[in-house]
Amino acid sequence: MDVTSAKMIGAGLAAIGVGMAALGVGNVFGSFLQGALRNPGAADGQQGRLFIGFAAAELLGLIAFVVAILILFVVK
Amino acid sequence: MAAEGSGIDPMHQFLVEPMFGHKLMMHGYDISFTNSSLFMFVTAAVLWLFMLGGMQRKLVPGRWQAAVEGMTGFISNMMQTNVGPEGKKFVPYIFSLFMFLLFANLIGLFPLGIVPGVHPFTVTSHISLTAILAFFSFGIVLVVGFWRHGLHFFSLFVPHGTPLPIAIFVTPIELMSFLVRPFSLGLRLFVAMTAGHILLDVFASFVVQGLNAGPGIGWVVSFFSFLMIVGVSALELLVAAIQAYVFALLTSLYLNDAVNLH
Repeated sequence: MDVTSAKMIGAGLAAIGVGMAALGVGNVFGSFLQGALRNPGAADGQQGRLFIGFAAAELLGLIAFVVAILILFVVK
Repeated sequence: MAAEGSGIDPMHQFLVEPMFGHKLMMHGYDISFTNSSLFMFVTAAVLWLFMLGGMQRKLVPGRWQAAVEGMTGFISNMMQTNVGPEGKKFVPYIFSLFMFLLFANLIGLFPLGIVPGVHPFTVTSHISLTAILAFFSFGIVLVVGFWRHGLHFFSLFVPHGTPLPIAIFVTPIELMSFLVRPFSLGLRLFVAMTAGHILLDVFASFVVQGLNAGPGIGWVVSFFSFLMIVGVSALELLVAAIQAYVFALLTSLYLNDAVNLH
């Protein structure tokens, strides 16, 4: 296998991480909604924590995206 | 390179070019006025106009003043919840940070490309800008932390009440997670904006290529790609606001660490 094809496959594999982060982000918002529907009065006070969890989960997916871009455009 | 032969170059929109066609060099450094600088000025000018229109100090606020007061109230409320009464001092910094990032993100999404000869540019899609802002935040955290607590600031890395055998392992991890903060803060915003703009560009080129392919399947592809652009644009507006908010929120949490030491 030549290097260019291997790079393409590697970038595609790195993109799996973005989908995994989608699971994480969906889980964060889904769990928040579950809790919020049980106790709507307390939901507004927890929005900051919701977005912290969202940011932490999303960052790892974005890093997977960076890895894919680095493989495609930077690695010689 | 990645899209060779297909005619799509989604990375071209991120090219930083000198305005007016020629570079300005000084002592071997490139100090040209680039499209990036231009859009930073545009962002600052729009933000300035927005604030100027709203700072009327009327007893009964009009719509514009209510919008500005809503923004300031939102940020000062966030600082009150996350940092406490000490957080009031940092409201101006967090507010400028949040508003600049919000306006930069939204102006980057603004469809300026339909005007011939104008190329829209998103300043937050470059790590050079987001990393500088992240290092500002990190520097303020360090200065405030050492100013208020002196060397006692290092107790941030040892969670309260940790037994010694566990603390030996936990402290390096806490230290690493503290040191990686500015990088993750800058990277998150930059990658989120870059990824969104690449996505929009790819679908936009699908529309053009589908139309060029002639009647039939090409037009079907164009139609659905256009629907995707509408959807993704709505999502990007949401992401632009959320990412600006997350940047401000995380900065306020880091400030809380520096001010209150857990």
